Amino acid sequence: MSADASTPSRQPISGKALARARMRASLARNWREFRTQRDGMLGLIVLIFFVLLALTAPLYIHPDAFDVAQATGPSMAPPSLEFPLGTDENGLSLLPQVIWGSRTSLLVGFAATVISMLIGASVGIASGHFRGWGGATLERLTDWFLVIPFLPLVIVLATVLGRSLINVIIVIGITSWPGTARLVRAQTLTAETRPYVDRAKALGGGDWHVMSRHVLPNVMPLVMANTVLTVAIAILSETTLSFLGLGVPFAISWGSLIEGAFAHGAISAGAWWYLLPPGICVILVVLAFTLVGRALETVMNPRLRER
Amino acid sequence: MTVADPAAAALAEATQGRRPSGGMLRYTVRRVLTALGTVVFVIVVNFVLFRLLPGDPIGLYTRGRNVSAQQLVKLREQLNRPFLEQFLTYIRNPFSSTLSSTKYNQPVWDVIYPHIWPTVLLLGVSTILSTVIGIWLGIRSGWGRGTRFDQVTTGWTLILYAMPEFWLGMLLLLVFTGGTLAIPDLFPVNGMVTPGVDTSTPAGWLDVAWHLVLPATTLTLAYLAEYSLVMRSSLLDELGEDYLVTARAKGLRDAQVRRRHAVPNALLPTVTLIFLNIGFIVSGAITVETVYSWPGLGLLSYDALRGPDVPLLQALFLLFSLSVVLFNVIADVLYAVLDPRVRT
Amino acid sequence: MAELLEIRDLHVTYRTREGDVPAVRGVDLSLPAGRALGIAGESGCGKSTLASTVLRLQPPTARVSGQVLLQGTDVFEMRWGELRAARWAKASVVFQGALHSLNPVQRIGHQIAEPIRLHQPSTSSAEAGRRTGELLERVGLPARRAQSYPHQLSGGQRQRVMIAMALACSPQLLVADEPTTALDVMVQAQVLELLVGLVRDLDLGLLLISHDLSVLGTTCDEVAVMYAGRVVERAPQRDAFANPQHPYAAALAAAFPTVGDPHSRRAPTGLTGDPPDPTELPPGCTFHPRCPIAVEACTTLDPPLRPAGPGRVAACLRVGVDGRRLEPEEVA
Repeated sequence: MSADASTPSRQPISGKALARARMRASLARNWREFRTQRDGMLGLIVLIFFVLLALTAPLYIHPDAFDVAQATGPSMAPPSLEFPLGTDENGLSLLPQVIWGSRTSLLVGFAATVISMLIGASVGIASGHFRGWGGATLERLTDWFLVIPFLPLVIVLATVLGRSLINVIIVIGITSWPGTARLVRAQTLTAETRPYVDRAKALGGGDWHVMSRHVLPNVMPLVMANTVLTVAIAILSETTLSFLGLGVPFAISWGSLIEGAFAHGAISAGAWWYLLPPGICVILVVLAFTLVGRALETVMNPRLRER
Repeated sequence: MTVADPAAAALAEATQGRRPSGGMLRYTVRRVLTALGTVVFVIVVNFVLFRLLPGDPIGLYTRGRNVSAQQLVKLREQLNRPFLEQFLTYIRNPFSSTLSSTKYNQPVWDVIYPHIWPTVLLLGVSTILSTVIGIWLGIRSGWGRGTRFDQVTTGWTLILYAMPEFWLGMLLLLVFTGGTLAIPDLFPVNGMVTPGVDTSTPAGWLDVAWHLVLPATTLTLAYLAEYSLVMRSSLLDELGEDYLVTARAKGLRDAQVRRRHAVPNALLPTVTLIFLNIGFIVSGAITVETVYSWPGLGLLSYDALRGPDVPLLQALFLLFSLSVVLFNVIADVLYAVLDPRVRT
Repeated sequence: MAELLEIRDLHVTYRTREGDVPAVRGVDLSLPAGRALGIAGESGCGKSTLASTVLRLQPPTARVSGQVLLQGTDVFEMRWGELRAARWAKASVVFQGALHSLNPVQRIGHQIAEPIRLHQPSTSSAEAGRRTGELLERVGLPARRAQSYPHQLSGGQRQRVMIAMALACSPQLLVADEPTTALDVMVQAQVLELLVGLVRDLDLGLLLISHDLSVLGTTCDEVAVMYAGRVVERAPQRDAFANPQHPYAAALAAAFPTVGDPHSRRAPTGLTGDPPDPTELPPGCTFHPRCPIAVEACTTLDPPLRPAGPGRVAACLRVGVDGRRLEPEEVA
């Protein structure tokens, strides 16, 4: 195409560029809408705060803070100027421990969710897309996994696999995917009844093409909103696992702190400062994720706006 | 379809897969058959999982026990039999098991049996209370959407939903027992019964009830959050429906419209959810019984973890899974009873 | 004697997040007992909103001004008890019998009997059952259908149930909001015939809402056409359909050809454009952007409803007092 003074030069717009531009526009639109959700924004701020807290902790917390040999405070002492959140059974200040706990709790939460979403979304789309034996089997598999009660399964897996960071992440990820898979499957079924899928197939689009190019973008918003909620549940799961002594060994997490309070008689000693902060942190973070998730969902589904 | 809203996600899950079929009987039969399939799956998984244990299985099964050389040989011989043969032995009676609990040195069923009633009592009371209160809260807040009651209730239920139930239990213990804070010692710290009290007398029941208060309160609070949120969501879904306009047009009072028309429809997914939630209920039992040293299956699981007492864990896992399957079947059948669209 | 139904200067505005949306902008109507009045218009013209105000069933977000007089009493002035008593017993509504207008988990017999038991509490359940059976038979359904659930019935059957239910308390006025819209053409005809027959036999007043002008033209004594929240034409029975004066009414009539009618042999002329956004109404006559005969004056003058022939009114600058089409230069 020659650029001529008389003819306006027109670059052919590539399909990819067009798609990217559209995606940017819709993201901007959704963000604007999200900003109007007060609850969601509040949750987002809380989340950002905790993530920053977790990421920056190594900058101002020295590992000595967790070294029992270097403990300076009295055992199970209430909050004071020197120890803003009091001390634990070893005389170590609790404040740095609570802050440090955010790292494991959030890390496990996010990582397990990634696994859960990858498995869940794949299985969900596949079981919705493939009719016949393949899809039916996947659906059965999902249903069966859903039936098995969460904590007993987690206990069994943790016992079988042993305790390590990776294993904890895997265990939580493995037990969370069925919920996502089921929802994604239902959405896939709906998406595939749309005419453009038929057209794609008529044009020769194979299974992979249909699933990745048509179904996936359609299902994406759902998956995103569900992801946020899954993280909340994953964090609760990690807390529970740690409480039961099945968490990441030698790592501090909010769950391990609660377990510490339990195991070392904080209750009978009346050491509320040991018990409250980690629990409150869990509540805040889980609540924040829930609020963000609800707000995201409202943005994606205008029908819910009046709620 | 709602997802991130935990209540609505649960709702969607509860109502999925309900397809109309011909008649109540066929529907029930189908559901039972599916459940049996799941039972088979569970048993297989149970068996396979534990045989996957890394390391020397002998060590795992005999840890901490003084096992005579003779028993050791016998054990090794059993575990060295072909996989399939072990499996067949296992399924013949998954509970008796030739392997006994490592801790108690008794057949696993004997160990489990006395712990069943305390868990049933605790879970039963908590489930009933949380259901009734949760549903009432959900109706009240959903029908009066946006009112102060709704805002406050939704706020509190969201917080309760985000709260680890065992932490709540510990909090309650901290506040209400031991007299360590300003509040006097109101409730027992642990256990189900004060030692020495005869539980077959009314005085004994009272003692048990007194011990039951805190753990039951903990679980009730933990469960009612989700029920309330789901009921509210469910009712809000109904609010826009045309048949409510018809009902109003007939001259019914607001409360009558709510009670006779909106609530019965909104109740359907909530009721099934309660049963489908049995898995979640079980998890709550494990941690809360641990906190309160309530002598039920949950505490047993916690102790079994310490060892790990593998045969016991295996049996408990099986028991929990089977209960869940059973309650799922009940949920499905109940839904058909309540919703005529499914069974006709 | 007061009219059965009289609507005076009714305004209904919806409060939404984006602002106020006027749905009804000043409507006057009256319906004597035993007569049928039809209201026609596209979706969004305000006819359903209008119908909802008769028994004060408009959505909570709606702000209403004006009067809706049911047998001489303004429903908006009634105390709640009075209103609830009037509902169904003085006037009842036949909604579109879509699956969702009936409670899906209750048997239809129970739903039909409900208003009976409500308004006449002394009725025994046996008596209520008998009445229900009678009502069902009157609408052409076997009495044993009372045991069915709504999802077990076809669309036409559900509509009949709605009619039976509406007659349960022997009201004097029946408001039928698009009673045939979701039905097949053959079933439509049957249901209409039923409705009209009942109204005649029982000497009821009927307010019939529809977007199908041909239907109204054959069943109602008088037809009012609504556009953008106002009545733009009112005419006696056949005239509204056979000889519409307002250009919108003409377009509406042309959109529904009657089988066998020589008029309709012509290709139906569709209207360009969409109904106006109620929050951004065009200046002057709200119809002028889509009007095939609009003139300069139409963009600035909002025509009032004025006489346009014997027993007719129309809101168009180009319709003369005697009903003649005015030339552009004759327009005032």
